[in-house]
Amino acid sequence: MSTRHRTGDHRTPAPQGSPMSRTPAGLVRADSQSAMGIDYDGRKLPALPGQSIAAALWAAGIVSWRTTRRGERPRGAFCGMGVCFDCLITVNGRPNQRACLVPAHDGDTVTPQEGDGYADLSC
Amino acid sequence: MPTSPAEPLRAPYDLAVVGAGPAGLAAAVTAADAGLTVALVDAEPRPGGQYYRHPAPGLGARRPEALHHGWAAFTALETRLRQHRHAGRIRHLPGRQVWTIQQCGHTGRWTLLTTATVPPHDQADSGDQNTDEAPRESVPAHRLLLATGTYERQLPFPGWTLPGVVGAGGAQAMMKSGLVLPGRRVIVAGSGPLLLAAAASLSAAGARVPYVVEASGYLPYARRPGPLLRNPGKLTEGARHAAALARRGVRLRTRTAVVQAHGTDRVTGVTVARVDGDWRPRPGTEQHLSCDALAVGHGLIPQLELAVELGCATRTTPDGTPALVVDSFLRTSVEGVWAAGETNGVGGAQLALCEGELAARAVAAAVHGEPAPARTAAALRTRATRLRVFADLMAQVHRPGSAWPQWLRGDTEICRCEEVDAASVREAVDAFGAGDTRTVKLLTRAGMGWCQGRMCGPAVSCLASADGGAPVSVDRRPLSRPVPLAQLARHRPQEHL
Repeated sequence: MSTRHRTGDHRTPAPQGSPMSRTPAGLVRADSQSAMGIDYDGRKLPALPGQSIAAALWAAGIVSWRTTRRGERPRGAFCGMGVCFDCLITVNGRPNQRACLVPAHDGDTVTPQEGDGYADLSC
Repeated sequence: MPTSPAEPLRAPYDLAVVGAGPAGLAAAVTAADAGLTVALVDAEPRPGGQYYRHPAPGLGARRPEALHHGWAAFTALETRLRQHRHAGRIRHLPGRQVWTIQQCGHTGRWTLLTTATVPPHDQADSGDQNTDEAPRESVPAHRLLLATGTYERQLPFPGWTLPGVVGAGGAQAMMKSGLVLPGRRVIVAGSGPLLLAAAASLSAAGARVPYVVEASGYLPYARRPGPLLRNPGKLTEGARHAAALARRGVRLRTRTAVVQAHGTDRVTGVTVARVDGDWRPRPGTEQHLSCDALAVGHGLIPQLELAVELGCATRTTPDGTPALVVDSFLRTSVEGVWAAGETNGVGGAQLALCEGELAARAVAAAVHGEPAPARTAAALRTRATRLRVFADLMAQVHRPGSAWPQWLRGDTEICRCEEVDAASVREAVDAFGAGDTRTVKLLTRAGMGWCQGRMCGPAVSCLASADGGAPVSVDRRPLSRPVPLAQLARHRPQEHL
């Protein structure tokens, strides 16, 4: 188990009975052979091959990673399927990526996005 | 992921299928069975659509069927898809979104212009600029079959933009593909049968789901037992969900709505209130429930951008959402264009599978110069009709009530992208006389952002007509998704369009 990582909400306590079955990963008997890491805002977060950036963030308990252009209000994934564009994030320096669709890759640098994501272009 | 068969299919294809969910997948393999060459274009990396969405292979799920009902039907289709791909009958183009479809005025041939759903990882600049992309960018075909599915209908309420408030379908999508949950204590709310399915799967996956909050009631189903008795499968499905919810201690509260979500940086609780038959909150019935996530949705909206741009006629279904008009062979009003599944009105995976097969047989008959599909298709037609009757009842039961806008406050955001609040939309309607979504958009920017009104559109339709039960307006979107300018520049419109 030490080299294998299971996804899901690690904070959810396993109830009595079948401890393996009460996470999404446990439910489908997921057993990923290779774990990856992404850098989110200076934090090292685990990610699994095939997980989206948003999924890796949710797994770490993070549900907001963007602030809006006008009200600077926090946002994260909403529709979960690429329609609403609320989960926009900067991946490896490229802003406005849909976190719910973009797969995480080992070593990705992911930054919370402020406003339109082009702050460094405006002067 | 290499998807080309050993011997590349020669374009133009006999048929291009847009969408690889239940309907598109069934259609593609059925058409290939009948000897047609097929291009199957799909936005997702793996076939299955939203319904059969499943974890990437890298997640090592050994029991993906635990998240699905009817998984065997999907794996059977997937196997047939693989066989047809290897035999050179189907070209599967995953991870591609069709952004527009053009027709040649002389030959009548269609050209689908596609773009990568997500830009390639190793490319520094945006998307589609390397030459490898070119052959996949435009897909020529003699006939079209649209199986573009749905997205979730959202109705705003104070606090609905807080992180941790997610679509009910969105929570399911994230769980099915990424094996993650939005929180530990998740309230499921809104309206429609999807809520029961979402609650059942979220709780099976370890979330504590204390309540399902449904604005409509389930009594109307009993009042019109005909469609249910003709579809015993639906009764079984309902019973299965009910049993699963009871086992996990999930309580169903009908005629109740979430009228506010609370929290600063993320949702920490909601206020629910009893509502009357028009979804008007009953004063004095408010109650606070704590949660760290809210999964909310008010049914599904067919994704019709491509069809509408092609000029396909639409109708309004009993839940107020638009759907394509099709005949009994699933031909749209535009010559050479067929449609299957949720594009023809939300009806579930069984209906989508059925219609996909039926539509493909109709296309094959057209290709082979036969007047109508063979007699075996009659059974499919009967089944599709029966399932449509139930879908219509379901739509009627969960149609939003006319008074839901009463739970909005002036500062409630309606347009999430452009941050336009209810007061601004109402001012546009009441003071400036805007009577439709387009005028509201021009006056307030509601619907002008990234999502192009897909999230706020249903609410703006209601506010513009001062009726919460108003039909969702059919918006024209010349480009069905945002496209890099460089790609637009490469495709000049053809003549005779």
